[in-house]
Amino acid sequence: MMKDRSDIAIEFVCVDYTDGGTRPLICDLNLAICSHEVLVLLGRSGSGKTTTLKLINRLLSPTRGEVRVEGRATHQWNPIQLRRKIGYVIQEVGLFPHYTVERNVALIPMIEGWDSNRIARRTTEILSFIGLPYEQFARRYPHELSGGQRQRVGLARALAAGPAILLMDEPFGALDPLTRSELRREFKLLQKRLGTTVVFVTHDVTEALLLGDRIALIENGTCAGVYTPREFLRSSNDSVKAYVEIERSSSQLLDE
Amino acid sequence: MSFLEFAAKHRLEIMTLSLEHIRLVLWSLMFSLSIGIPLGVLLARRPKLRAVVLGTNNVIQTIPSLALFGLLLPMPWLGVRADRLTITALTLYALLPIVRNTYTGISGVDPSVLEVATGMGMTGWQILWHVEIPLAFPVILGGVRVATVITIGVATIAAAIGAGGLGEFIFRGLAMVDNNVILAGAVPAALMALAADGAIGVLQRGARWRRR
Repeated sequence: MMKDRSDIAIEFVCVDYTDGGTRPLICDLNLAICSHEVLVLLGRSGSGKTTTLKLINRLLSPTRGEVRVEGRATHQWNPIQLRRKIGYVIQEVGLFPHYTVERNVALIPMIEGWDSNRIARRTTEILSFIGLPYEQFARRYPHELSGGQRQRVGLARALAAGPAILLMDEPFGALDPLTRSELRREFKLLQKRLGTTVVFVTHDVTEALLLGDRIALIENGTCAGVYTPREFLRSSNDSVKAYVEIERSSSQLLDE
Repeated sequence: MSFLEFAAKHRLEIMTLSLEHIRLVLWSLMFSLSIGIPLGVLLARRPKLRAVVLGTNNVIQTIPSLALFGLLLPMPWLGVRADRLTITALTLYALLPIVRNTYTGISGVDPSVLEVATGMGMTGWQILWHVEIPLAFPVILGGVRVATVITIGVATIAAAIGAGGLGEFIFRGLAMVDNNVILAGAVPAALMALAADGAIGVLQRGARWRRR
């Protein structure tokens, strides 16, 4: 998978992160994420997946080492410019409750100073792209949407300004299983079409296998291995086997 | 002579004093809003300051208004004119509800909304302007509503130090032991407070309705 260095979108080099306390949340993390791939960060709660994600858009800064985005360390970037290049989607969605769907999606292009025609075109395009027809949804407020629709708007908002990188923190975690699998499938197609580099945090093995081009196993704040889904299923690593076991046993439950 | 007859006879003076009263109230509110809202935002940003600022404000609230006027009297620039002094005192009284509600409103904004806003690359000012202030607006307006009513009430005391307003009638009536004169000040002040309360209440409902 790894080609030459220009293909690397994000790189962690010997990264530590400590948040005031004594225990480091991230410890000697090394990881390279290629352009256009979906890299899943898989791990238990508290293993440091979310922290890893936040180090990329500089919501957190490493206490040692550096995180490079497009070859430049995050502390050398202007944080605002860095974040405008990176879409961000979280489980709680965090839509602006006082704005319509349309304004939620249009906000960053607006702040970026796009002209109004371009914003209108982009909003219409991205909403239909994401399965929410403009005529039907643009004027609604977030509280008038279902959970799945809200997460779609969250995704549309993150993609509105055409970011090269998309960070997703358990985006489908709070949805019902049917909506979740629907959104996963659509997201996969969408990502293929857009070619966006995606870093996707989850603790769900099925999701990791389904969406990931590669899966990075995060344990105790460091990367315990990177696998393609195929390698992941065959791995002899104990932690990986534990995950695969869960996956197998849940699918076997019905056969017994 | 009934109160209404008295009021009709003195309507010009009632009008003049009402306008004076409104002038004192509006200036005070303008000052307390322009100090109170930034202060409330600051408290939401720096929770350590909260105890000090809200505590000081609470102490100010407990000082009886006449005593506060008296305390401010020896101040160099303020003590020179009664209306300056009054506006200062009224501003101080109106400050607490505005600061407290601004703080409450801003710190009540859903943290996940703020996290995404920051993650999307909005600057602190953009978040304040596009997200925090609009979402806190109904709560801030609630503070303004209380502050307005308090100010209209306390402004009647200003007459004691010669700043004019509807308190003129009240103090005169007390000296003359004449209920009509007292009412000529008290009734318009009460109506003014009710009207302001109602009007801001309507605004507040409008602001909330748009959100939810």
